[in-house]
Amino acid sequence: MILTNIETIPGKEIVEHFGIVSGSTVRAKHIGRDIMAGLKNIVGGELKGYTELLQDSRRQAMERMIKQAEEFGANAVINIRFATSSVTQGASELFVYGTAVRVV
Amino acid sequence: MQDLIVFVVLLSLGYFAGSVAESRHYRSIKRRERELLNLPAVTAADFLDEGAEVVDARLVHGSVVISIDYFKRILAGLRNLFGGEVNSYLTLIDRARREAVLRMKEEAGGADVILNLRIETSVIGRNADRRKTVGSIEVMAYGTAVTLKRG
Repeated sequence: MILTNIETIPGKEIVEHFGIVSGSTVRAKHIGRDIMAGLKNIVGGELKGYTELLQDSRRQAMERMIKQAEEFGANAVINIRFATSSVTQGASELFVYGTAVRVV
Repeated sequence: MQDLIVFVVLLSLGYFAGSVAESRHYRSIKRRERELLNLPAVTAADFLDEGAEVVDARLVHGSVVISIDYFKRILAGLRNLFGGEVNSYLTLIDRARREAVLRMKEEAGGADVILNLRIETSVIGRNADRRKTVGSIEVMAYGTAVTLKRG
């Protein structure tokens, strides 16, 4: 599966469009991480636990999108966009969408 | 009285640990930016020449969650009284953006150029501070890493 966030795949030709595919996940952080983050909020700096959590969730959202594209028979997803929204206190939704295509 | 002591301790802890962490982070950012100068990231999507022979094109991304320190949060709160530019938040967001772009470039490895760079910022977790200030922010950078045929 080839993924890009531009309209084409350089060096390849698009032969078929399958329309939009998307994947999303809503994640909450667990209490242990919250306590560590609370401490980090005093001294500042990177919250590594949160970075990893969000990366894992985003990977899962992308896997869901790729699965959907595979079901269509696509072998690439172009024009991918990411969106993040906090749906409620302590939970965020990670959403990824793009256009499924077949390239040769 | 006890509250005041806790406040002062938090304030000075935030100030010292925060400024040490910030200057260290800036040093590391500047060093890595120099190392990755040969891998440009552009916001244009059609940056490549017509005849360019492309070997590989793939999505790369990098993200970071960064938190402000206690001292700066208080400082920004004071700034709210007078208005004006909030420098303490400026450096926080600047650090996060540059770090995210660097991580993206590190993921791109041996690519030649990153096209269509997009940077996205979102606020997460207001729990650590009950007031409505930015507790921590996530910055994500993504783009398409293109590897050209070696001539």
